[in-house]
Amino acid sequence: MSALIQLNNVTKHYRRGKEVIAIFEGLTLAIEKGDFVAIMGPSGSGKTTLLNLLGGTDRCDGGEIIFDGERIDGYSEGQLAAWRARSIGFIFQFYNLMPVLTAAQNVELPLMLTKLPARKRRENVETALKIVELSDRAKHKPKELSGGQQQRVAIARAIVSDPKMLLCDEPTGDLDRNTANDILGTLQLLNREMGKTIIMVTHDPEAARFANRTLHLDKGAFAEVTA
Amino acid sequence: MRDFDLVRKNLFRKPLRTILLTVSIFMAFLIFGLLTSLNVALDRASETGAASNRLIVSNKINFTQPLPIAYVNRIAATKGVTGVTHSSWFGAFYQDQRNSRFVGFAVDPETYLNLYANDVRLTDAERKAFVTERTGVIVGKALADQYGWKVGQTIPISSNIYVQANGRRSWDMKISGIFTGAKPADSTTALYFHYDYLNETATFGRDQIGNVAVRTASSDLNNSVAKAIDNVFANSPYETSTVDEKTFGQAFLKQAGDLNLIVTMVVAAAFAAILMIVSTTLVSAMRERIREIGVMKTLGFSSPRVLRLVLGEALLLSTMGAVLGLVVSALVLSVLSKSPAASTFGDLSMSPLVALSGLLLAITLGLVTGAIPAASALRMSIVDALNRR
Repeated sequence: MSALIQLNNVTKHYRRGKEVIAIFEGLTLAIEKGDFVAIMGPSGSGKTTLLNLLGGTDRCDGGEIIFDGERIDGYSEGQLAAWRARSIGFIFQFYNLMPVLTAAQNVELPLMLTKLPARKRRENVETALKIVELSDRAKHKPKELSGGQQQRVAIARAIVSDPKMLLCDEPTGDLDRNTANDILGTLQLLNREMGKTIIMVTHDPEAARFANRTLHLDKGAFAEVTA
Repeated sequence: MRDFDLVRKNLFRKPLRTILLTVSIFMAFLIFGLLTSLNVALDRASETGAASNRLIVSNKINFTQPLPIAYVNRIAATKGVTGVTHSSWFGAFYQDQRNSRFVGFAVDPETYLNLYANDVRLTDAERKAFVTERTGVIVGKALADQYGWKVGQTIPISSNIYVQANGRRSWDMKISGIFTGAKPADSTTALYFHYDYLNETATFGRDQIGNVAVRTASSDLNNSVAKAIDNVFANSPYETSTVDEKTFGQAFLKQAGDLNLIVTMVVAAAFAAILMIVSTTLVSAMRERIREIGVMKTLGFSSPRVLRLVLGEALLLSTMGAVLGLVVSALVLSVLSKSPAASTFGDLSMSPLVALSGLLLAITLGLVTGAIPAASALRMSIVDALNRR
């Protein structure tokens, strides 16, 4: 397998007042295509910052980030937005659905960034909702859905444009155990059946067990825990 | 789903808030539509029938003050003058002083019809009848239609200024003709009757007139003729002020004050208030949605596109309020224009220019009120937005 995304000697600092806080000092990481990686670590270890760098929603101060053979750390904001739209699916802890839109419309949001005709968009939305088994809830608004259903809508939104990589930030952090297992099972299915590369940040060791391997992040450095 | 659907759904996420904002904007545009149309109507009315080579001579103190009738011949003798006539405001009403007032002048029929031949159109027979019948009156078509008057009918026309020697406030007048204007849209809500009839029967104002209308040989001579006339009567008990007909019309119609200034100030005040209310509400509405904006950017919506979506909401809001306000004001104006009391203002309908100005104002309002939330959405970093709770 070849690396889908690579971080080479990445540095990242935050400024808090006059104090400069180093998050990463020369972090290196490679995630293979089709991998399902869980990233664990204590609060403040840099998990979310890492996810932001991998998803192009934050910029590194040094080093290079290569996605599918192409450096993305030098992209302009517009280039990054376009790259995220076609390459990355995001799944958040609190679902982050638009309350004014129905489930189907929420799923359709990423397709508004494509040039697909309306009919094709509808088909893709139906397929995505079918994969997460929520076809019957297409016209429901988020407040009419349970937490687990909302997260499944969020997964459908993440996969509807067929991105290569899914980034999940504590995707089960707000769910009960059974629902969490359902969601994790769906992610596992997407990885195994559809070949999606998944990087999941989690505090939950149970959730991490669904991944192919777990990386432990502490003080800006990795230690692989399981394979 | 299109961007417009997203804009619409976001705008109506809190329907009550959106309705209240729309009503505020509606009120501002209602005021704009009514006052601006009134102002335009006044300007238009002052220009209607105004000939470039006609001057109006009135009392220098105020055009409501009289002039001696003897001035007419002296004015006619001024170099450059090719015709003169005179008219006197009668304060006319029919039966009910409160609800049936209209424009009425006592005139010298022959010279008046000569000077205003293009504006007061009669058949030859009507013209002849009016000139020869001492109690004759000619009425505008709109006025005649309003009261169902016919040629040959005798009608009592009252005055809120003059009284007859016998104590009556009304004069019996026989309709000699019903006149039309030069264009179908011209106002025909006035009446004209013999000055001699008034002069012989009224208890006061004998041999006094309201103003003198002068036709010059050419509009190029207007200034010199006006100066010459005013010089003739300088230092007399009745000094004159001579201006072109359009200027006089504007002064007559704007007796209440500088309507342009009043309208501008009222509309500006209304819009300043709306600007504050809408901007503040949109800024606070955007604060509630910072996280959603962050999510959209994360999904790949570019900052310029997010800016367009946010500005789109402000534009849709202002356009909705504006269109409602302009439509309702156009309806109110069309109802008002049918009222006889509004005849002084001429055509009260909303002009396309006023409607277009309103729409441009709506777009400006939308852009200005949406500028702050849109700019903050544009600048917002994804990390900061997603960290908001």
